[in-house]
Amino acid sequence: MADHVHLEYVVEGDNFVSAGSATESVKACLKGMGVKPEDVRRVAISMYEGEINMVIHANGGKATADIYMDKVVITLADTGKGIADIELAMKPGYSTATDDVRSLGFGAGMGLPNMKKYADECLIESTVGVGTKVTLVTKFSA
Amino acid sequence: MKISQIAQILEGTFVTGEELSDREVYSACGSDMMSDVLAYVKDQGVLITGLCNPQVIRTAEMMDMLCIVFVRGKTPTPEMVELAKQRNIVLITSPRRMFSACGKLYSAGLQSGAF
Ligand SMILES: Nc1ncnc2c1ncn2[C@@H]1O[C@H](COP(=O)(O)OP(=O)(O)OP(=O)(O)O)[C@@H](O)[C@H]1O
Ligand SMILES: [Mg+2]
Repeated sequence: MADHVHLEYVVEGDNFVSAGSATESVKACLKGMGVKPEDVRRVAISMYEGEINMVIHANGGKATADIYMDKVVITLADTGKGIADIELAMKPGYSTATDDVRSLGFGAGMGLPNMKKYADECLIESTVGVGTKVTLVTKFSA
Repeated sequence: MKISQIAQILEGTFVTGEELSDREVYSACGSDMMSDVLAYVKDQGVLITGLCNPQVIRTAEMMDMLCIVFVRGKTPTPEMVELAKQRNIVLITSPRRMFSACGKLYSAGLQSGAF
């Protein structure tokens, strides 16, 4: 048996119908592997926030999940406009979302803080004009 | 409270999942902002919302919710119904407005599960 499971997804930008399908696939996989429901939900919420951000702020990107015995590592990488001030973007309530996005039920500026809250490790790397990469590590509870 | 009671109290109509209406739910959350549902919801089994798009179904799935009630007579699209069916999520549409829908369920004993 391989030492871990590797999954990869292409996340389509501005597609509000398919947004979330990568996360749902990872969620189903974790559930099938017998990971505890609380842990599955923590992963699902933080990855979904990242996936939605790629869809609405960055014109899509690539998502990966590496599932080990004791943890899962999620990456969400895009070639969008990037985040100029990550510290500011992390503040609850800070959002540059348009009214269009808000009318779809997103854009409260809660996504990044929420990712930090639910993942054990949350690393955001971003260069303006180049793109953003989010890495989320969630350890499974004993 | 059973899902069937929720439909009854809100004079709602099942869009899909009526066969699952025997399931018990204990708490609910009312919001039109999916961002807030993701940020604040804990274990609520029911989502009451006036928002009607596919991400409502996806959000409910992420939170392991069993039932979504659309207020103000909002009717989910066939695409949304299909997403809900695949995930065994019950969809109910009610003519009630958000405030009265939440109030009626709350006074009937459904908890908010959060402050
Ligand atoms: N992948 C990304 N590419 C470019 N900008 C981003 C990206 N992710 C987040 N941002 C920026 O950071 C801000 C804050 O993100 P956050 O997820 O916290 O809030 P939001 O997406 O605006 O609203 P919510 O997540 O509550 O729906 C966004 O408004 C956007 O300006
Ligand atoms: Mg966000």
